[in-house]
Amino acid sequence: MADTVVGATPDPHAPGDDPSRRDFIHIAAGAAAAGAVVALVWPLVDQMNPAGDTLALASIEFDLGKVEPGQQVVVKWRGKPLFVRNRMPEQIAAAVKDDHAELRDPATDESRHKPGKPQWLILVGTCTHLGCVPTVGGGDYGGWFCPCHGSHYDLSGRIRKGPAPKNLVVPDYAFLSDTKIKVG
Amino acid sequence: MSGHSTYEPKTGIERWLDTRLPIVRFAHDTALSFPTPKNLNYWWTFGGILALMLGIQLVTGIVLAMHYVPHVDYAFASVERIMRDVNYGWLIRYMHANGASMFFLAVYIHMIRNLYYGSYKAPREVLWILGCLIYLAMMATAFIGYVLPWGQMSFHGAVVITNLFGALPIIGTPITTWLWGGFAVDNPTLNRFFSLHYLLPFVIAGLVVLHIWALHVPGNNNPTGVNVKSENDTVPFHPYYTVKDGFAIAVFMLLYASFVFYNPNVLGHADNYIPANPLVTPAHIVPEWYFLPFYAILRAVPDKLGGVLLMFGAIATLFVLPWLDTSKVRSMRYRPTARLYFFIFVLAALVLGFCGGKLPDDPVIFQPSGLMLLDADINSFVWLSRVATLYFFAYFWIILPVLGLTETPLPVPESISEPVLSHPATTPAGAVASPEKRG
Repeated sequence: MADTVVGATPDPHAPGDDPSRRDFIHIAAGAAAAGAVVALVWPLVDQMNPAGDTLALASIEFDLGKVEPGQQVVVKWRGKPLFVRNRMPEQIAAAVKDDHAELRDPATDESRHKPGKPQWLILVGTCTHLGCVPTVGGGDYGGWFCPCHGSHYDLSGRIRKGPAPKNLVVPDYAFLSDTKIKVG
Repeated sequence: MSGHSTYEPKTGIERWLDTRLPIVRFAHDTALSFPTPKNLNYWWTFGGILALMLGIQLVTGIVLAMHYVPHVDYAFASVERIMRDVNYGWLIRYMHANGASMFFLAVYIHMIRNLYYGSYKAPREVLWILGCLIYLAMMATAFIGYVLPWGQMSFHGAVVITNLFGALPIIGTPITTWLWGGFAVDNPTLNRFFSLHYLLPFVIAGLVVLHIWALHVPGNNNPTGVNVKSENDTVPFHPYYTVKDGFAIAVFMLLYASFVFYNPNVLGHADNYIPANPLVTPAHIVPEWYFLPFYAILRAVPDKLGGVLLMFGAIATLFVLPWLDTSKVRSMRYRPTARLYFFIFVLAALVLGFCGGKLPDDPVIFQPSGLMLLDADINSFVWLSRVATLYFFAYFWIILPVLGLTETPLPVPESISEPVLSHPATTPAGAVASPEKRG
């Protein structure tokens, strides 16, 4: 380039197309501005995620002694209903019998309760379709029935019929004693 | 905005202002002297009606925000206080709640008008897309607004709609948690919904400004779909269309007032007068009437992600419509074949709305459900929804693209004035200038 310009004042700082100091300043300033915007956007986005106090209320303890055989108690956990169901022996048998039935989200009944405690079924009480609360004892399989869009769950909380894609979720929980659990 | 300005400042003050901030000139050119096709029928009055409805929603909404408390413990009670104790609170809230319905009624008529007269076609694609964005913002605003009273329908409606995003693979759960600000719809959700419900109407207002700007560049379409050829084809907006719009607004307000004063809750759901309870879902959960067609599409698909994608796909389809319709003829008045499919489309949309309000497995005609085909009960609302959904998409993605290439349209008039002047009915006295009677 430089050799085609005849008689022009030569630019001592920009021989040919080499980057000049001005180019550097443009790129550096642009990069700094872009970085600053990204650094500022993230706090504005992340502020919508669960706050510290919301996270602090994330686990509860529950006394199973209140739940009679055959009964279900609904507790509020993380703003959602938690199903605590005390299953009768024949209900457990029916759930185990269906382990090899055609399941959309295959799971054995054993994998859905704690070892040695098949009567206690602890489930997050929101339909895996769109989050409604299924009613206990309804539907074609005696487990739960969601009134919103007609999902049927069996006695193990497994999805059997309707639009829901997954089984009712088993939350993280542990037995603190024979009659007390900690969820979350 | 387009063409030269006919504004002439009359007083000294106007002249002084005109050289500094020509706002009076702008208003004059936009709302008074703007050349408008002389054959616009009453389907063209809904733009004005919509502008008024937006204004009413803004005014009543800002007033309601002075009394409403966005907290799970107080929201429901504060709405009841507005209804019982705040002076004229009942009127303002009923105006706002029914105003949303009237807003959607008008926007649907406005959109159907566009579909019939081909107003989305070149050079009005950007105008149409801005309209689709306004519609999208309206839906977001309406949904969020319905959550605020924190009744049973509010709460579980919010649960269902936010869970739609949970259908997305991998990012679904983080997105719903982010939207909720917790592990479920709760106080953080209500608080941010209130903030956004206050913000979005102003976004809509901004989009409306762009929409009107984009309208005033090519000018109005008209029932013939033929471009304005000369000044003879137009009349100034004022007084011709200010008066026509004014009359239409008055009639529309009668309908609005009849809801507000005589049946203010008919479009709502009784369950929303029960305070929100996260542990019990109402037996029959349905959205407001204006969302029912989309709700029916959602439920028509047995797969969760598929249903969600198809529902959003129905809205996304509108955005690309200008490039799907291959016909050069704008108005369906000259497209007899397309017109037939258009009316079936309107019927399909209404059928979807009807199905959206019913339980999916209920029979459409009588008991017992006997029409079994391949292990499926054809006589159910879910199957009727499927047929209507199929037609909804086929109309945009198959019928309009193909028909534009294969059909033979009727001869299109040379100009807007021509069908009026050459109309045989113009000879007998009294039958003049009603071009909308033709076709």
